[in-house]
Amino acid sequence: MNVRERFELALMGIQHQLTELSDLSIEALEQAFTALENRDLELALNVIEDDMHINRLEEMINDQAILLITRQQPVAKDLRQLMVIVKAASDMERVADYAVDIAKETIRIGENAPTVDLTHLRDMHQKTVTMLRSSVEAFVERDMIKAKDVAQLDDEVDELYGVTVRELLELSVADSSCIKVVSHLSFVSRFLERCADHSTNICEHLFYLVKGEHYELNN
Amino acid sequence: MVQLAVQEVKKGKILEVNGTPAAAPKKTVYDTIGLDLWYGEHHALKNIDLAIAENEVTAIIGPSGCGKSTYLKTLNRMVELVPVVRTSGVINYRGRNILDRNYTVEELRTKVGMVFQKPNPFPKSIYDNIAYGPRIHGIKNKKILDEIVEKSLRGAAIWDEVKDRLHENAYGLSGGQQQRICIARCLAIEPDVILMDEPTSALDPISTLKVEELVQELKDNYSIVIVTHNMQQAARISDKTAFFLNGEVIEFDNTDHIFSTPSDKRTEDYISGRFG
Repeated sequence: MNVRERFELALMGIQHQLTELSDLSIEALEQAFTALENRDLELALNVIEDDMHINRLEEMINDQAILLITRQQPVAKDLRQLMVIVKAASDMERVADYAVDIAKETIRIGENAPTVDLTHLRDMHQKTVTMLRSSVEAFVERDMIKAKDVAQLDDEVDELYGVTVRELLELSVADSSCIKVVSHLSFVSRFLERCADHSTNICEHLFYLVKGEHYELNN
Repeated sequence: MVQLAVQEVKKGKILEVNGTPAAAPKKTVYDTIGLDLWYGEHHALKNIDLAIAENEVTAIIGPSGCGKSTYLKTLNRMVELVPVVRTSGVINYRGRNILDRNYTVEELRTKVGMVFQKPNPFPKSIYDNIAYGPRIHGIKNKKILDEIVEKSLRGAAIWDEVKDRLHENAYGLSGGQQQRICIARCLAIEPDVILMDEPTSALDPISTLKVEELVQELKDNYSIVIVTHNMQQAARISDKTAFFLNGEVIEFDNTDHIFSTPSDKRTEDYISGRFG
């Protein structure tokens, strides 16, 4: 009989909630970007409203982790597992907050602003979503090689961020009617870049969990 | 594969931010070298190498029957009370092998005090409990004895609780107070080392915390070795922890390391409650 079965079952339950939180946050980010692309203000409002469920889920994860620490007093890797789940939940909750920020920018842009080419921003969004999904998979599967690969994608997102901002600035110089929409889209690109950073954080949490040491996977 | 990936990460641009420089080695009070001990045919301690540092708390943990109490009792040679015991190897105390037959037990025990699992005051007054050791060592002057009693009771953080009832029987005190009386009795002979064999296992939580606080204070002046079944206690109060299993030292390291990133899987399994 595994004498820590109750602890491990509870830990699995909390990790399952983290997966649920991650799915919801990534979905929120995708919906926010769809709303931006389609100028769909109703969808943007839905993203903002649904954020409270994600916030509540993160609070539940924190509460359960504290309860498990109190009742089971885990040490070493058991304790690190709980700590990194709490940290990863915080990262994913921030991603959902950025989805809300993007939704708000969409509402500020409105339905009738000039159309702007979103190719690079779309690439950024897709890469960021790929990073987020893969980092959570790596975390759940305890796959450090995958985590390291995911973290390296952050360089590509950073590069796309530079390209996107440059293009938007050039557009605002060339066409003054685009200044307002360009400023909002610049914010969106910044939010996506931050989401990718949170994905890297999750990969670093996995390294800490497995090795008990802190690693910077992307300087 | 994972190991390789980590090495690559360390070699590359990635920084290890948690690297802490190794602390300077501390002076040791005990150096145990290749100690073996048998109870008749039973090989209870196997090739133990352990250095107990000065002015530190060293915790010894491990499941029942792992040899931790046996090891503690070799440090003051109490283990010799068992008729079938046999030892080989060296335990140097301050550079002299205490297992050497020329080293007298009396000489050793004036330097090494011991506190047991169950508080065991003598059926005498509080005062006489503390004065017992000094009197045996020939101190008869009342003024000097008074000073020793007060100093020892203060050292064991119980003076304020008993100063007005020094001549009452020590049996009238609570379990936690009795244990601190035993610690004070131990301090009265001004030892160098204090051995503690599960000193709080019979105490309530508040008394346990008081004894733990006391251990922290005492280490400024004494070197302390404590055997405990309570893992949280070892984590809370010790500087170094030795994990014993089946008569062997599996791992001996800084307590922070043992309870966060132990090197041996058996240590991790034991401290996280997967066996024992």
